[in-house]
Amino acid sequence: MTTTTATPKKSGGLRDLSKMFGTGSSGRQVGILGALVVIIVFFQVATDGLTLDPTNLINLVNANAYVLILAIGMVMVIIAGHIDLSVGSVAAFVGIVVATSMTSWHLPWGLAILLGLGIGVLIGAWHGFWVAYIGVPAFIVTLAGMLIFRGANQWFGNSISVTVPVDYTFIGAGFLNDFGPNTNYSNGTLILGLLVALAVIYQEFRARRTQTIMGSEKAPLWVSLVKVIVLDAVVIYATLLFAGGRVGTSFPVSGIILGLLVLAYAFITRNTTFGRHIYAVGGNWHAAELSGVKIKRINFLVMLNMSVIASIAGMIGVARAGASGPADGVGWELDAIAAVFIGGAAVAGGIGTIIGSIVGGLVIAVLNNGLQLLGIGIDRVQIIKGLVLLLAVGVDVYSKKSGRPSLIGLMTRNRQSASGAQSVTVPDRPAVTPTSSAEESSRPQSTTPN
Amino acid sequence: MVAAAVILEMRGITKEFPGVRALDNVSLTVRAGEIHSICGENGAGKSTLMKVLSGVYPYGTYGGEIVYQGEVSRFKDIRSSELAGIVIIHQELALIPELSITENIFLGNEPGRRGVINWVQAKQRAIELLARVGLEDDPDTQVKNLGVGKQQLVEIAKALNKSVKLLILDEPTAALNEAESQHLLDLIRGLKGRGISSIMISHKLNEIEQVSDSITIIRDGKAIETLDVVADGVNEDRIIRGMVGRVLENRFPARTPDIGEVIFEIRNWVVEHPLTKHRLVVKNSSFIVRRGEVVGFAGLMGAGRTELAMSIFGRSYGTFISGQVFKNGKEIQLRNVSEAIDHGIAYVSEDRKALGLNLLDDVKRSVVSAKLSKISTADVVSEVKERKFAEEYRTSLRIKTPTVDMGVNKLSGGNQQKVVLAKWMFTDPDILILDEPTRGIDVGAKTEIYGIIRDFAAQGKAVIMISSELPELLGVSDRIYTIFEGAITNNLTAEEATPEALMRSMTSAKKAASATTIGTRP
Repeated sequence: MTTTTATPKKSGGLRDLSKMFGTGSSGRQVGILGALVVIIVFFQVATDGLTLDPTNLINLVNANAYVLILAIGMVMVIIAGHIDLSVGSVAAFVGIVVATSMTSWHLPWGLAILLGLGIGVLIGAWHGFWVAYIGVPAFIVTLAGMLIFRGANQWFGNSISVTVPVDYTFIGAGFLNDFGPNTNYSNGTLILGLLVALAVIYQEFRARRTQTIMGSEKAPLWVSLVKVIVLDAVVIYATLLFAGGRVGTSFPVSGIILGLLVLAYAFITRNTTFGRHIYAVGGNWHAAELSGVKIKRINFLVMLNMSVIASIAGMIGVARAGASGPADGVGWELDAIAAVFIGGAAVAGGIGTIIGSIVGGLVIAVLNNGLQLLGIGIDRVQIIKGLVLLLAVGVDVYSKKSGRPSLIGLMTRNRQSASGAQSVTVPDRPAVTPTSSAEESSRPQSTTPN
Repeated sequence: MVAAAVILEMRGITKEFPGVRALDNVSLTVRAGEIHSICGENGAGKSTLMKVLSGVYPYGTYGGEIVYQGEVSRFKDIRSSELAGIVIIHQELALIPELSITENIFLGNEPGRRGVINWVQAKQRAIELLARVGLEDDPDTQVKNLGVGKQQLVEIAKALNKSVKLLILDEPTAALNEAESQHLLDLIRGLKGRGISSIMISHKLNEIEQVSDSITIIRDGKAIETLDVVADGVNEDRIIRGMVGRVLENRFPARTPDIGEVIFEIRNWVVEHPLTKHRLVVKNSSFIVRRGEVVGFAGLMGAGRTELAMSIFGRSYGTFISGQVFKNGKEIQLRNVSEAIDHGIAYVSEDRKALGLNLLDDVKRSVVSAKLSKISTADVVSEVKERKFAEEYRTSLRIKTPTVDMGVNKLSGGNQQKVVLAKWMFTDPDILILDEPTRGIDVGAKTEIYGIIRDFAAQGKAVIMISSELPELLGVSDRIYTIFEGAITNNLTAEEATPEALMRSMTSAKKAASATTIGTRP
């Protein structure tokens, strides 16, 4: 659910619909969201309804929660202009320590989780130290970390699997306990769904109220209504699906953890000074430094945060599998990175969103799941995933090169002119000139500090 | 003496950028075997003209024609002009530091067959070329181990290897010391003896006077005059008159300065180059600024104006050696940018795209980016306040944008500059340092920015303005310091300051005797 910064302009019939999810940078997100819907519909048809079957959906969430969680940290790292290749190994190392702490040292699972988070903090501080204060590129630091913590995982665990107590698996494979009257649905899931549906309404109400306070023009009321109805319809449909699984199941606990993390980090990246500074550092660190941003501190914290998130993902992964092993988390970093880039982040940093990365991760997840349901082998699934990544980023790069904001942006523009609505009247002469290479070179003198 | 043949004739060259006419019907004639200098203020259009000549701006992107060696030339890129024997040596050297001298000389032009380089031949040739430019270093030396002066010679050797007929040098001595400059100038004169013509762009008028055969003066994109050094009896004063002799248009808003006590003072400021130890870029500089005052800083490219400003602004440039900062008579420490911002100092960079803005941001985020704490509670940014402030500045600074959600990369240069100004106004500064605040923007926006400066000073705050445009400095400032080679050389009131007086102090340290800090120290 993207919080909109709907930029109110003159209303123009259907064109207002495009304001539903905001404009500008979020255009890419809408595009990838559209792609996700298309993929879901395609597989739903192709698999004869197996895709949106409750059991499959619950599986899908459980099997992908940890990659999506990794994507949350990864997108922040990538926005800041870095990369983290170590997350799979870090997750595995934390996993084996946490599993051993419960099985061999008989730590209660709550303490074991705290221990895991603590290790995440230490590893993150290690990476952050090298990246921020020594200045080694994150690619190198985390490539080293990938080797170090993979080795540490196998050394510590003697390269064998360590099983974990059943009550611990709750965070990775658990469900909400059922309670209350027998409704043939999971009551916990229903309440959760209801809360989300209400949150959607409240969010939209708040956005409109803010616009009123600002005195800025609002999108027409009907646009807000359509938006709320569409979103809530999706929420309610999903709620009924998740609530209607086998008895004893519900929306998975790992999914709830994921949801809470998404909410928290979407808020952090968007609404806090720390979040703003991450974008500033990735967008133009020179300018950020001259604006008083403490660049080293930001880089340190971003790397630290990534390892903490990797430790959470590792612990959930172990809980789902019921054991921690020497090959846990292999390739997770690549899945997370792919999710982030499909979700619209820029390789050079400065661009990306939590929500976008989650949607990007869901695209991969649904694709994976759907192709497997269709009986397509893991070999070809990988090929298809690779092509999708290349295509998604390729389209984005190509449309940027052609001077368009994005393919989606182009489509909306065409639709605007097709609907015959005159675009906003800009006072005086056009203040907005397209950024062209000629404009870049319009400064006769060299740009170096003299 | 036979009348020298003409090697190059540029006729009626016109080059436009959106909103700016950089070159307006410029003609330039260079005779074979002469050294032809081009003079003009920063931004006059010298470099643009050379870019047209060398094919950086290909045929078709400019008006007029280039006749080179008797033929109309239509260069489509640098390579085609180089094939014709025109080689440009930029101020920013185009050498690869990690490669050796030989490798650099032959880069893109390697001797050998079928892509296999004949290094023996290359090295022999390199030794010959180095002898011609008077460089005695081993051709296997990595270029990064050479000083700037020697690197400049490598560039010339590289040009000689391309059988250059017309050598263009853009500020060749800007980074060189006295001895190196002299060697280079002697070399250029030597090349003249071998029939190689040179076009030289330089701010150092004594050097121009010393080596040139003729001089073309460019001002505001127009060729003002071409002087024959011997026949016209050219001296520095004559050149200066040509460079600045423009009628001041009435584009500076009238203001009656209300100047109060000293608000900001720098004492004995010394800064070292960030990479080269013991090379001072700011030398023992002291200055004061009073409330309500607009203080200009004049100096040529490379004089150390930006370095001075950035080193004051939280030590953002170079290595701090010594010096004190006083605000309202109390010494303050500005160890980093946030301390500087907290002490009410703002610095608007000369390079708004590289240093001033995150071009990925929209207007509202840019405006608040230098002081998020002002609109945050417990580190949570209030988007309501953000929008409110952005709208306020959009109105008060007349930023032309449909909404504050517009990406700053889509705004015109003048509006981008206003966003940068808004960003720094938002930090509530007492001292606003402006570095080339009107560079690359159109005249209308310039006037608006002068208005903003005036209004700011009228609130009893102080403005330090660095500018390469003398008319602008003269039109806006109450007092002007001049800088030459890292040192403050003069301090002129608005009444004393004339373009000629400024240019003299900007091009030599001769008047340094009068460069005493005026005003009372607290």
